[in-house]
Parts: sequence; C-alpha cells; structure tokens
Amino acid sequence: MSLLAYLVAVWLFVVGIYGVVTSRHLVHLVMCLSVAQASTYVLLLGIGYRKGGQAPIFGDIPTSTPVVDPVVQALALTDVVVGATVSALLLALAVQAHKRFGSVDPDELNALRG
Amino acid sequence: MRSFVALAALGVLGAVLVVAVTGLEPFGHYPGPYGDVLAKVVPDERHTGQLVAATVFDYRAFDTLGEEMILFAAVCGCAALLRVLRSEHAGEGAPGRPVPSFAARAMAAALVGPVTVLGVYVIVHGHLTPGGGFSGGVVVAGALLLAYAGGQGLRLRRVGSITLLEGTEALGAAGFLALALAGLIAAGTLLKNFLALGTSGMLLSAGTIPVGNVAVGLEVAGAVALVFAEFLEQALLEDPE
Repeated sequence: MSLLAYLVAVWLFVVGIYGVVTSRHLVHLVMCLSVAQASTYVLLLGIGYRKGGQAPIFGDIPTSTPVVDPVVQALALTDVVVGATVSALLLALAVQAHKRFGSVDPDELNALRG
Repeated sequence: MRSFVALAALGVLGAVLVVAVTGLEPFGHYPGPYGDVLAKVVPDERHTGQLVAATVFDYRAFDTLGEEMILFAAVCGCAALLRVLRSEHAGEGAPGRPVPSFAARAMAAALVGPVTVLGVYVIVHGHLTPGGGFSGGVVVAGALLLAYAGGQGLRLRRVGSITLLEGTEALGAAGFLALALAGLIAAGTLLKNFLALGTSGMLLSAGTIPVGNVAVGLEVAGAVALVFAEFLEQALLEDPE
C-alpha cells in the first residue's frame, strides 16, 4: 500500500473538482474547492514523509535523528494560508452575488444586468 | 447531463493522475535531498532546531514575503467587497437580537485571557517549538472572536475595532516587508538573517526568524479577525429591520 497516500490525494482532488463542476450553491462550491485543495496537503506531506522520521524540530531529539522533509511542510503552511484567504475572498464574492442577483445558484448568475 | 460530462472528464483526469503518482517514490522513502541538507546545516547556520521555521522565515523567506502579500491583497479584497454601502444601513444591534446566554458569556470571558496568552506563546516560540506566526496568529484571532461572541453588543464599527484590526494587519505586513528591506540595508541581501544568532534554544535566538514570526502573527491575527468581523457585519445587515 505504498501508494495509498498519493491515491487519497488524487481522490480528494477529483471529487473536489466534481463538486465544483456540479455545484448548485456558491457556498457549497467554495467548500468543494477547499476539498480539492486539501489534496495538495496530502500530496506534499506524503512526498516528504520518511518511514520512522521524526518531526523536523530538533528540540528534544539529537540532530542526527532522521526527520521528515521540512521544505514540503513549509510549502503546506503556505498552502493553508493561501487556501484560507482564497476561500474568504470567494465567500465575500458569494455574498455580493447574492445581493446583486438574489440567488446563490451559479446557473442563475449569467443573466446580464444593465 | 453536466454531471455525466464531468464524470467522464474527471475519470480520465483521475486515471492520468493515478498513472502519474505510480511514478513517485514509494510512500515513506523520502528521496531528498533538500530536507536532508537543511537538517544538516540549519542547527549550525541559524542556531535553531525548528527546521520548518528556518525554511519559512529564512531559507525560503522570499516565498513567505509573496504569501504575505497574497494574504494582504485577499483581505483587502474581502474588506472592499463586504464594505457597507451607503444604500444599506448599518446593523444597529437591534433589541430583538438574541443576547448570548450567561453561560456563553461567562465561558468566553474566562477563556479570552488564556487563549490570548496561548496565541502569543505560540508566536514567540515559533523558532523553538511547533507553531509560529501563522498558527499563533489564528489563535490570537480566536481570542478576539471569543470576545465578540461573548459580548452583548456586536456593533463592531462603532467602537472602531475594524480600523484597529486593519491597522494590525497592515502593521504586520509592513513589518515583514521592513524586515526584508532591513536585510538589504544591513547586509546587502534582501531577507538576509542579519541579527545576532544567539544561543540555540533561547527565546532570543535564530536572528530574524522570531522577528518574522511576530510580524506574521500580527498580520494573520488582524487578517482573520478582520475577515470575520466583515462577514459578521454583513450578517447584521441582512436582518430585515
């Protein structure tokens, strides 16, 4: 099962995109996008994992201990922050769309208003 | 019809991705080399054992600078999108609004102090223990939200707290930028770790890493609390008065 973590990432990405494509509610759509994005966390941390590796923080462990990759953890940190801000921005757009069109169904937002 | 097309397209995409990941190193066999190099050089070069903090705030601090700007721009966008228009009248904290129960208020009041202390602790120890500016900033913002949730009046704009949050966020972003430029001025390289490295394991050590943590902590706390306050204000607007 050495591929399980990567397959989980693929599944999360595909199922999240499916939700985005078929969504009938803008808030639901943003949540689906978050699910798709969660796949990147799984993929990044999966790549950096080393069997038996410790957390990459030499506080209580000697510096010779094998540790997991800190670079992908830093990338995941960036990923989380950007993901959260993008979600906030999209939810703000959803609020505005609801004010403007009186609907949160993406299909009903395409009517042009002069 | 749409879900059928989506299923077909995503089936192909998923199959391609599965083929792609089978070419990766098996799970648990880290190929390196960057993590190993960092593990070898960071304790001596930066006097800290927190490899993630060293990566985020020193070796790859340029990425963090860009990320800070993304965070700042996104929160500015939220504030612009969720501003109260002249045609809408601000929520008045109407008397009909349910007031938080005594239990909720007592719990919030009891927790605000400890949660704030925890958040500040996580921020300032970011170069020694897991945590740092990003996670600690969210905890501090959580304490601010507790204060709102437990408080009786939700009239945020009246007390000028939105301005204060905006100021906190801008101060954090400006602080990180100033830290980057200070490296350029003091040592000739943008984001250079130019402060004294100190003794590994002490609170004041690792040069600019804890300074960056504090700047990011300020920005994240301000940003999260600001976004929440803006959404809360919208919720108060929606009430048909």
